[in-house]
Amino acid sequence: MRRGHRRMDRSRMWAVARNDLRQLGHSPDFWAPMLVLAALFFVIIPTFLLLTITNLGNVGTVKNVSAALDLLPQTAQHAIRGTTEADRTSYALAVYLFAPMAVIVPMTISTAVGANALVGEKEKGTGEFLAHSPASEREIYLGKLIASLVPGYLTTLIGFGCYSLAVNLIVGPHVGGWFFPTSAWWVLMLWVVPPFLAITLSVVLRLSARVKSAAAAQQASGLVTLPLIMISYAQSTGGLLGAGNAGLWVGLFAWVAAIFGLMRGARAVTRPRLLGVDSTFRPAQSP
Amino acid sequence: MTIDTTFSEQAAAPAAGPPAVVDLAGVGFSFSAGTGLHDLDLAVPAGSITVLVGPNGAGKTTALRVVTGALVPHVGTARVFGSDPGGRDGEDVRRRCGVVAAKPALYDRLTGRDNLRFAAELFGLGRDAPIEAAAARFGIDRSLDLRVSGYSTGMKTRLALARAVLHGPDLLLLDEPTSGLDPESSHAVLGLVREMAAGGTTVVMSTHLLLEAEGLADQVVMMEDGTDILAGATDELIHRFWPRPSVRFGAVDAAGLDVLAGLDGVVAYARDAGGANVDLDDLARVPGLVAALTAAGVRLTQVTPHARSLEELYLRVRNR
Repeated sequence: MRRGHRRMDRSRMWAVARNDLRQLGHSPDFWAPMLVLAALFFVIIPTFLLLTITNLGNVGTVKNVSAALDLLPQTAQHAIRGTTEADRTSYALAVYLFAPMAVIVPMTISTAVGANALVGEKEKGTGEFLAHSPASEREIYLGKLIASLVPGYLTTLIGFGCYSLAVNLIVGPHVGGWFFPTSAWWVLMLWVVPPFLAITLSVVLRLSARVKSAAAAQQASGLVTLPLIMISYAQSTGGLLGAGNAGLWVGLFAWVAAIFGLMRGARAVTRPRLLGVDSTFRPAQSP
Repeated sequence: MTIDTTFSEQAAAPAAGPPAVVDLAGVGFSFSAGTGLHDLDLAVPAGSITVLVGPNGAGKTTALRVVTGALVPHVGTARVFGSDPGGRDGEDVRRRCGVVAAKPALYDRLTGRDNLRFAAELFGLGRDAPIEAAAARFGIDRSLDLRVSGYSTGMKTRLALARAVLHGPDLLLLDEPTSGLDPESSHAVLGLVREMAAGGTTVVMSTHLLLEAEGLADQVVMMEDGTDILAGATDELIHRFWPRPSVRFGAVDAAGLDVLAGLDGVVAYARDAGGANVDLDDLARVPGLVAALTAAGVRLTQVTPHARSLEELYLRVRNR
């Protein structure tokens, strides 16, 4: 029997998202480690490294790192500010080295949330309520997607703000004032990271809809998203280092892939799966 | 309706009555592990209480899931309020249904209020949702702001009921709502079900507890192996299987009651340790039988009409 589709009711989609976010808010055991992860990547490690380098002066280690800057593309080398080797090294680290964290943090957080999103309903039995509700499968899927995307992206934006403040305060005085975020970083944060996050979640939510337990969803999501993290890591770094509109092109391709992935992913949510029912139609065999 | 062939000659034709709110015809549904439903027929008249009874695995839960369109039958047709719940109109059907699942299906980390608010949002009730009123109706208004993880089983069932009726459903589906409840809570839940039905809500409930089904149901549907084997009002079903009046006789020496077996008007006689159940062709025979027993020197301790229970019927059908 073929199911019909009606126009989507956005209020129900937001209701599903809000409900998930509300539950997340009541689960410090879940979000506290995520906050620690974000603080580590965005604030603690960069601050420690940059403070060390700016206070070390032109010692051997800094000189070695500075020499490595010659390996960067010409456009990237020209963009580096600062007069001393320590200043130039600090600037390069602030702008180029920490780019991947902007991708790793949201992906890690959103993967953890998303992996539990649908299988969690099944495991706790609350999927039964959703299955009997007027909400369509698409509304449920998009609600779950928003609820998985928001914690990761929001943490990243806040972390990014903290990171910007830290590097400007630590490195800024040595390179002629506030310099961060650069235009490439704006592109990365607003144009490249969201679609990569969406691609990852489209895969994770599909897994979450299909597996039987939250533990299995976490394991499978970790394995599946690892290559995606590596790809987005590489592309983000390339976008920052590349010339001209590299970041814009990377983002564009990522958006196309994300839209395709999300459209495919929506089909994974079915009412039988929310109920935890494994149903396969097998027509009666003729004698 | 698929009546078991053993009883097909006893099956009564469906009586003409109010239009069926739920009409399942020849419904089949297969799980990967086996058959869930097989040729199930179910007609639920508007405003009635229909109770599905049957052993574990009989298909009661699956049938309720088909009614809301949560599961789409692989064969047969399902019509609820005249629409196909698994098709394009499924949303309209589900909007008119309230469901209490076997497990309460509540968000444990949230408060009772949050759970009701979520339901209100999904059912499009907006800010005017009668959350307080629904909670008060089921006696949990004082616990609304506590986390559900701290609720007792009875409170969770009451919250699930409050959530199910929040949007004023026309059809209430209850999957073993008294399972795990203490007698007091069960009584309260059943009272509320009666109240809903009296208010015009159609109720379909599944249960293992035949006693509660007997006192509640306008229609009982016995299920086995995914299909309906018997359906009708309790009294009608009992009369169908035991058309003769039955009387219970007790005596100081039960063996003396064996005299009854040879008397006129006695259709069936069965003695047990405490007395004997006697099926008669006419209840008017009782004074004559009592006189005959007294004359035979039997010291009677009990002569009462023996009302057959749904449990007896169930066991007879199951053990046929």
